[in-house]
Amino acid sequence: MLQRYVGLAAAAVVLASVATCASAQEAERKGIPAPPGHVFKTIISGYEFRSKETRALQDDDLENPGFLAVERAADIWKKVEGSEGKSCMSCHGEAETSMKGVGAAMPKWDDKLKKPVNLEQRINICRSEHMKAEPWKFKSQELTDMTTFVRYQSHGMPVTVKTDGPMSPWFERGKQTYYTRFGQLDLACASCHERNNGKFMRADFLSQGQTNGFPTYRLRDQRLVPLHERFEGCMFDVRAEPFKPLSDDFLALELYVAWRGIGLPVETPSVRN
Amino acid sequence: MRRPLAAAFALCLMVGSAYAQEPIKLDVVSDSLPKSLTGSPGSAEAGKKVFLTRTLGNCLACHQVTRLKSEEFHGEFGPSLDGVAGRYTEAQLRLIVADPKRIFTDTVMPAFFKNDGLSRVRPEFVGKSILTAAQVEDVIAFLKTLN
Ligand code: HEC
Ligand code: HEC
Repeated sequence: MLQRYVGLAAAAVVLASVATCASAQEAERKGIPAPPGHVFKTIISGYEFRSKETRALQDDDLENPGFLAVERAADIWKKVEGSEGKSCMSCHGEAETSMKGVGAAMPKWDDKLKKPVNLEQRINICRSEHMKAEPWKFKSQELTDMTTFVRYQSHGMPVTVKTDGPMSPWFERGKQTYYTRFGQLDLACASCHERNNGKFMRADFLSQGQTNGFPTYRLRDQRLVPLHERFEGCMFDVRAEPFKPLSDDFLALELYVAWRGIGLPVETPSVRN
Repeated sequence: MRRPLAAAFALCLMVGSAYAQEPIKLDVVSDSLPKSLTGSPGSAEAGKKVFLTRTLGNCLACHQVTRLKSEEFHGEFGPSLDGVAGRYTEAQLRLIVADPKRIFTDTVMPAFFKNDGLSRVRPEFVGKSILTAAQVEDVIAFLKTLN
């Protein structure tokens, strides 16, 4: 804790001296106390590291561009597709009640597949098994919209994820990946998001790399970005060959990183730069 | 027609050199590299460019330098490099840039002249160091002006 504050103070001095565009906001990033045995003392959402303008955009349901996805998917929720003649609604009814809390607790163990599945995978399992419809491609607007819509039903609820029982080897695998240095730049997730969060790196303040806001509307891309695309981007930037979206490697990483953010409120659809 | 051919040729060269690269060996003498990697001194002017260019040194992503104030976005990962020429000898600076983990154990600063022992490197960078020997010498010449 002490070290963090010293770091922040030093950061503030440096910032003042190089006269970047930062404001004083970073001195008071709010977080939640982490449970005992956690890596952080305080768990902080990526929201707190963004500019006032970006945060205001996220907070305004009418202006936040992520809500267009929520609206689009609300229609698809009711749309019959596939040879079973079913929509999501045929099985689940109103999403506002049936999907409440679901997106806050992903990835979850799937007894049939004997592995954890995330929200994108769960949606596609429903499509292929229960609707007999084509699964949506990763990064397609349809899949990202629906993921956003379902996760939005948990807006404000704390991230909870089960890491024991059959999940524990997956948790360990994700942790291993998190601390492994990759790529020509030889950096691990932890090099940036654990050791250097709060610091300025080129155009960005590094956050703790939390996942509570995903899918997130990225201003740079002008669209919603699913979590595994962000993982890919971070690996690509250190000149590493990223794992494949929805691979076991990224599933394990998603589980582990969700645990690092345990208790944070779901912010989907968040806005990031 | 001409462009795809040129691109294909460039790719061949790239792949060729990637696999022909031997692992780089550094002549480390008491935590420093006394010998120039090219046998001759670098150019401070060229080094400043390498220092600033994102696809080359991108040193400013992590370090601050008062003299480069007019450039945007000085990073905070690493210490300010003001006066660094007074803190280290040229030979020490060369090792810090070439392979900083030999001096600062477990540092986040990348090795700029190392081409093996890395994990999941993107194919276009396999077997290559981030900077060439000449670029490292240029950066050293630039760092020597920071006194
Ligand atoms: C070279 C530094 C670097 C490394 C290494 C890195 N990231 Fe990131 N990451 C960033 C930057 C910069 C951002 C954008 C600003 C921010 O939110 O931190 C970011 C953003 C994120 C976000 C989005 C946070 C939000 O609130 O929107 C997640 C999640 C993330 N990273 C996870 C990871 C994981 C997992 C790894 C390892 C596979 C990783 N990062 C490796 C630099 C890095
Ligand atoms: C990803 C971040 C990063 C990048 C990129 C980076 N450095 Fe560093 N550098 C560091 C850190 C962190 C340290 C402090 C050493 C430690 O980890 O204890 C450091 C230390 C140094 C030092 C020693 C400074 C002192 O006063 O002790 C020099 C010199 C240096 N770096 C030069 C460079 C040059 C030149 C480049 C580009 C060619 C560069 N660095 C790129 C992170 C970085």
